Amino acid sequence: MDIHEYQAKKILSDFGILIPRGGIAYSPENAEFKAREIGGSKWVVKAQVHSGARGKAGGIKICDTELEVAQSTDKLLGKKLITNQTGPSGKIINRVYIEEATQIEKELYLGLVFDRGSESIMVVASAEGGMSVEEISQQKPESIIRSKIEVAVGMQDFQAREIAFDLGIKPELVSRTASVIVACSRIFSELDATMVEINPLVITKDNQVLALDCKMSFDNNALFRRNNISELRDKSQENQNEIYASDRGLNYVGLEGNIGNIINGAGLAMASMDMIKLAGGEPANFLDVGGGATPEKIVKAFKLVSSDKKVKVILVNIFAGINRCDWVAEGIVEAIKKLKFNHPLVIRLAGTNLDEGNKILKNSNINYIHANTLEDAANKAVAEINKMKL
Amino acid sequence: MTILIDENTKVLVQGFTGKIGTFHSKEMLKYGTNIVGGVTPGKGGQTNLDLPVFNTVKDAVKNTGADASIIFVPPAFAADSAMEAADAGIKVCVTITDGIPSHDMIRIKRYMRRYTKKNKMTLVGPNCAGVISPGKTLLGIMPGHIYKQGNVGIIGRSGTLGYEAAQQMKNLNIGISTSVGIGGDPINGSSFRDMLEKFEKDENTKAVLMIGEIGGPQEVEAGKFAKENMSKPIIAYIAGLTAPKGRVMGHAGAIVSAYGESALEKVEILKECGISISKNPSVMGETVAKVINAL
Repeated sequence: MDIHEYQAKKILSDFGILIPRGGIAYSPENAEFKAREIGGSKWVVKAQVHSGARGKAGGIKICDTELEVAQSTDKLLGKKLITNQTGPSGKIINRVYIEEATQIEKELYLGLVFDRGSESIMVVASAEGGMSVEEISQQKPESIIRSKIEVAVGMQDFQAREIAFDLGIKPELVSRTASVIVACSRIFSELDATMVEINPLVITKDNQVLALDCKMSFDNNALFRRNNISELRDKSQENQNEIYASDRGLNYVGLEGNIGNIINGAGLAMASMDMIKLAGGEPANFLDVGGGATPEKIVKAFKLVSSDKKVKVILVNIFAGINRCDWVAEGIVEAIKKLKFNHPLVIRLAGTNLDEGNKILKNSNINYIHANTLEDAANKAVAEINKMKL
Repeated sequence: MTILIDENTKVLVQGFTGKIGTFHSKEMLKYGTNIVGGVTPGKGGQTNLDLPVFNTVKDAVKNTGADASIIFVPPAFAADSAMEAADAGIKVCVTITDGIPSHDMIRIKRYMRRYTKKNKMTLVGPNCAGVISPGKTLLGIMPGHIYKQGNVGIIGRSGTLGYEAAQQMKNLNIGISTSVGIGGDPINGSSFRDMLEKFEKDENTKAVLMIGEIGGPQEVEAGKFAKENMSKPIIAYIAGLTAPKGRVMGHAGAIVSAYGESALEKVEILKECGISISKNPSVMGETVAKVINAL
């Protein structure tokens, strides 16, 4: 689960990391008032959306007067910000963060992630702050500093100091920088985070170590014990189809193609998408209906996939293990009768009670194309798409 | 021979009395698995499916001589159950539970460092379909009838994609020594490499099929291990050719975030390691057949 910059900064502040003075605003008047409250003579208005690269997309405005703060806020609120991370549909700006401008001396990158190879937490730092970590690793790979945290005992001060020295921090600021790194490691471990990134972490002209921008993600599987984090969820930033799916125990990822998929199991779903691609088609979605694909779940899956306007053909691929093909077939028949959609439908069933399942489909009078194997199903789905092009 | 489990394995079910635990216990008993009892804290002394229920794994091991366990405990408590099994002397523990926090998985693995290699439990999963040694025993949730007994090992992350492979192999009359589901989570108990090592030592296994997916370093690590240490041929398929970068594809672990983690990159590296690649998921069986026919 992702959270907004202002929420992440509140967490940083709670763990003792300095952040610029700022406040959240929901209207131009609100923004102007905040600017006055913060004081100073230069402010930054930052669109709060779940995405990086907001600056390049026009989501961050520097303002010299309180009036400008109000005007910039007016321009941003209610708009969709399209960045290279949001996809073409963008994400809605429902609030902006007003912050005092900072006199920057030096920009650093600091990130914490899981390292799957060593099964520990990895701190990644670079003196090339401000760029994305991908840009840094492409353009300045030699600047990247890595350090592993032994989770049983947590990050040690000397490790954080080593990173600070490697970053070329002035000796008098090393302990301040190190304490930021240690605090981030505590946030990571104590709040079940999967990513904590301060970019840039800046040294200001008056020798403060300040977190200028921050992103955090948390382990969805651990939210049951993190009410304070669950509370920060903003559904307006998530794909509506994906929310619909996850609320119904389905696992859905929207993609750009036109062949809708209904499959059980994540690996089989990825494999079916691969087959579609190899056959010359493009999948419209990833959809795993899970192990216990009851008729009701199948109906919901059909509803979800057929609601996607891009979808022209639907492919069902179910390998019944503990499930049974006859139950799945009943679900399909029910879905088609309920939803009355006109897309061509390719069905491949395999596994337990296959013959019974195929019999139910055949006797049901529904219109569908039967497929025997994974390959057969993908080829037939793509053939349907190609027919439409003629 | 098989790896991990065989007809002599005595199995405990952790989370035995719940709906899911009971359902799958029945299925395993039908397959012939030697379940000797179960554990549900607070229900010790009762019976389920005519088998004894114990409060702790230690009690259960003492009374039944169990050497393996399977976990159906809900995600919030599953890590604790796995550590309890490790401490009670269980040798192989299969964790079916989906949705265990990553921080908990790291905790289990650190906890298990207290045991010497000889005394350390092999943890399989979580978020997996389990382990089957066809014709002998089943410690999982897979449909036993699609697995034919034989000489090819399978290691896979995905449940249903593993079924697909087993079915394709059965259709070509190829049997399986043991099939291990290592699960789709970012941090898991046993890696592809761990299982390759065991298959290399198993006399009855002639070749190994590895079914990987995008995300994480384990497939590549296994390839490099195989190049140096495996005498047996390996066949691999990697799912997720079409998966976009930065999106989680169903399994928490199936996300491309670094070099060598996309399907294409993994395939290239595995080829360099001398592994035969099944170029798409519908020819996993055929590719295995080609390789073993050449032996």
